[in-house]
Amino acid sequence: MSQSYESITDLHHALVNKDVSATEITKATLADIHDHEDALNAYVTVNDEGALAQAAKVDEAGVDAGNLFSGVPVAFKDNLTTNGLLTTASSKILENFTPIYDADVVTRLQNAGAITIGKTNLDEFAMGASTETSYYGTSHNPWDVTKVPGGSSGGSAATVAARDVLASLGSDTGGSIRQPAAFNGIVGLKPTYGRVSRWGLIAFASSLDQIGPMTTNVTDAAAMMNVIAGRDDRDATSSTKAVPDYVAGLTGDIKGLKIGVPREFLGDGIDAGVKAQIKAAIKQLEDLGATVDEVSLPHSTHGIQAYYILGPSEASSNLQRFDGIRYGYRTQNAKNLDELYIKTRSEGFGDEVKRRIMLGTFALSAGAYDAFFMKAAKIRTLIIEDFNRVFKDYDVIVGPTAPTPAFGIGEETKDPMTMYMNDMLTVPANLAGLPAISVPAGLVDGLPVGLQVIGKAFDEEHVLNTAYAFEQHTNFHTLKPTMNEGGRA
Amino acid sequence: MNFQTTIGLEVHVELKTKSKIFSPSPVEFGDDPNANTNVIDWGYPGVLPTPNKGVVEYGMRAALALHANINQHMHFDRKNYFYPDNPKAYQVSQSDTPLAQNGWIEIDVNGTKKKIGIEEMHIEEDAGKNTHNPNGYSYVDLNRQGTPLIEIVSKPDIASPEEAYAYLDTLRQRIQFTGVSDVKMEEGSMRVDVNISIRPFGVDKFGTKTELKNLNSFNYVRKGLEYEEQRQQKVLLAGGEIQQETRRFDETTGETILMRVKEGADDYRYFPEPDIPDVVVADEWLEQIKADMPEMPEQRRERYVGELGLTDYDAMVLTQTKEMSDFFEAAVAAGADAKLTSNYLQGDVNAYLNDNHIDLQDTKLTPANLASMIKLQMDGTISSKMAKKVFKAVTDGEDPASYVKEHGLVQLSDPAQLQPIIDEILDNNAQSIEDFKNGKDRAVGFLVGQIMKQTHGQANPKVVNKLLMASLNAR
Amino acid sequence: MTVEPISRVEVEHVASLAKLSLTDEQAQKFTTQLDEIITMIEGLDEVDTDNVKPTTNMADATAILREDVAVNAHQKDALLNEAPETEDGFIKVPAIIDESEDA
Repeated sequence: MSQSYESITDLHHALVNKDVSATEITKATLADIHDHEDALNAYVTVNDEGALAQAAKVDEAGVDAGNLFSGVPVAFKDNLTTNGLLTTASSKILENFTPIYDADVVTRLQNAGAITIGKTNLDEFAMGASTETSYYGTSHNPWDVTKVPGGSSGGSAATVAARDVLASLGSDTGGSIRQPAAFNGIVGLKPTYGRVSRWGLIAFASSLDQIGPMTTNVTDAAAMMNVIAGRDDRDATSSTKAVPDYVAGLTGDIKGLKIGVPREFLGDGIDAGVKAQIKAAIKQLEDLGATVDEVSLPHSTHGIQAYYILGPSEASSNLQRFDGIRYGYRTQNAKNLDELYIKTRSEGFGDEVKRRIMLGTFALSAGAYDAFFMKAAKIRTLIIEDFNRVFKDYDVIVGPTAPTPAFGIGEETKDPMTMYMNDMLTVPANLAGLPAISVPAGLVDGLPVGLQVIGKAFDEEHVLNTAYAFEQHTNFHTLKPTMNEGGRA
Repeated sequence: MNFQTTIGLEVHVELKTKSKIFSPSPVEFGDDPNANTNVIDWGYPGVLPTPNKGVVEYGMRAALALHANINQHMHFDRKNYFYPDNPKAYQVSQSDTPLAQNGWIEIDVNGTKKKIGIEEMHIEEDAGKNTHNPNGYSYVDLNRQGTPLIEIVSKPDIASPEEAYAYLDTLRQRIQFTGVSDVKMEEGSMRVDVNISIRPFGVDKFGTKTELKNLNSFNYVRKGLEYEEQRQQKVLLAGGEIQQETRRFDETTGETILMRVKEGADDYRYFPEPDIPDVVVADEWLEQIKADMPEMPEQRRERYVGELGLTDYDAMVLTQTKEMSDFFEAAVAAGADAKLTSNYLQGDVNAYLNDNHIDLQDTKLTPANLASMIKLQMDGTISSKMAKKVFKAVTDGEDPASYVKEHGLVQLSDPAQLQPIIDEILDNNAQSIEDFKNGKDRAVGFLVGQIMKQTHGQANPKVVNKLLMASLNAR
Repeated sequence: MTVEPISRVEVEHVASLAKLSLTDEQAQKFTTQLDEIITMIEGLDEVDTDNVKPTTNMADATAILREDVAVNAHQKDALLNEAPETEDGFIKVPAIIDESEDA
């Protein structure tokens, strides 16, 4: 039934005007989800009972007219902890884990009246670009169910693209919000590092992870940011900077906006179709009054290398707590402590997670630390300096979100290296902690392509407004998927 | 061949902050297992650490007490290893930028003073407790998990087990005076890791060191080191080689026993903690901490000698522990004579503590009661002999003034009351007067004894003496 | 820097640090894949990083320290409830073989 509403604002008006009750919209949403699950497998857990109970409460108290999210169903990526609701990070090792605490973003949305509709599928511990590493099966792309939805926030993207819900939350460590947003023709924003609290986000790489909105349009993403952004004393890395009204910042006016297009973002390895769409998009921005120059981020080409050291290093440490002792999966047949550790972890983690743990453990180990971890940490500094240099003269940087449209299920899993290259355009923003959005920029062979806009730290406003201006003059965000094989009819 | 010894000490001290280092759970001991824990202490997925201001502040106080330079821009690092009492499988510690570096303390071994350098001291979180059970299981209690610790690493300046003992004693004393820790080995708030190596005199290169475990008192540290020093010498003299190994001290035999041989270094994969921003200590904060630093033992000693007229020895004994020193100062502040108070503390009080195997703060003794007793003695209300009785009451927590009143222990000092008694005794002891006149001083003692007997010991000896001499001379 | 290809022995050492056991097949596959990844990463060598400071923390400001106030969350029962095995308020785990492991 969410399909009847174009935006959260639409749905909100319907709820306030009592055209529909929170219970009705929740029931309809649950029905849509269940209808689509066979085709999409977007969810690890659908919160049928809990969602209806929350909706009943909203109806009982009356929809809060001053609260855009009051009675609005929202899906959470299953690496965000939800009090009393199974949270797996798509791993076997957390197959039985029910947290006793909500992630900060969950608390904020629930306080705003949002309904927790379910927990969406992801690559195990968010390690992947396709959801194929999930213990709970691959999610499918609603534009062509033989294709991946991207990842790691693939379930969150697919359910929004299918219009089950109008909004979901994802997390982005190296592109995990933006790439699936691009693959599914929706909007996905990775905020500045520190803008949104990570409390309750099951950590992949602590210095790269950031939670962000996935919506059908830019305004809804901005509205969601108004709810989830801000200091949380439980996350020492969360910023105390004042949070602006992101919706109010959407003027659609980008006259005089200075845009830099890094030549490294449109080089080799970018699909020709994608390149054409992005060049057209850049032309569109120019037509709207922005000035566009080619710029260079010389070290960004090393981003993927630095990322595949730093991410796994932090992950190898973050994932050590999954040891079968205090919560989660424990092997059945351990005779002593060491066996308990080894069997629990070997049985509980999938191959991709193991590979990254191994890589990270190696990069931090005594002989490798300087050549790998420290080297990458220094490259990271150079990448940050590249961005700082460009941002002296430019307001935003644009380019493609992903080098290709969605690829076929099983196509890239055999070779981790190919899979890793998916992240090459998105990791620089993570390494530099910058806000970046993916906004629909048309189709290539029936599959969506995303335009990426990267901004200065804590300048989500320019990022959102650039995407908004583009969206207002294109109809790409209104295109809807078919849920069939072989792309859009 | 003669050898020289090098000893390294790593001392862990628990800071007695109210909350844990990275979580708001209370720092308390003796509660039910896991009662003082939350999702952070359990290392749940998605939880994050929040650094405690009190820990940095306490750490700085300890650092200043050890004359160390405080690092005003520091970060935390992760030390990775798996163990059931280490819930995240990493310990948040400091490796690149310790809280403080390059400190020193002065030790005194049999009158010889020596400065021992402190390499560095850093802040870290304590682990929980893992109790082994012979039934094939271990039991984990995470109450202690996240208790703040400072680890203090000595420079290779300690050259004998005696010096190690003195170092630990001085370290304990100084940290205790800052008030940031109880520093008690028996309660685990101070823990010591020891390593020792020897090398022939004249050789620059350090010998291979062994580590000692299970040293649960300063005495055991000394004994273990003495044994290990001898053992290493024997091995080398017999042409053998020292292995890099960990040895366990056996309290019953006083020997060290091989636990395991170290094969290469442990790989803890340290890296900077990404979840905690850098900690910056502003100049003003550091100045504030310096200004608020409690007096160190030597400052107190100086004051006791200079202002209160105590001997160096008395001042040294009184500042052995902060409790004793604080008790002394409170009694003096309540009006008691410093020298008398010092005598009581070193005499009766100390004997009482030793007899009862009890710490000063666990008794019913209060500075106010001791002071009031001493004042009664000072103004002649009670005699020193009576004071012994009163002291016993004071150890039971009784108020000396009311005790003295109740038991009629008031000293007879009024000449008008004493003179008739003296006259009567002199009248009855003509022989003694005769003896006195003939220069036999013993007669005076006999007469005083008679007077004391007559007054049931309540006569003020000073007044009696004065009156008696006058009376004798007058006859 | 020309780094030797990562060996099977190294892979197994890393696995033991990470408390993972690998089947023969996995060990072989991981050796090849890790070697490929590490070769890719070695492209970083061409970048001069002398005098470059590492970035290891992304917070936009220095730490705001928490005031030292104790709060008991009273989560003991809920936490123990989540643990695979408990007894008398303790978390129960199989005994450690290597008694000498330090904490």
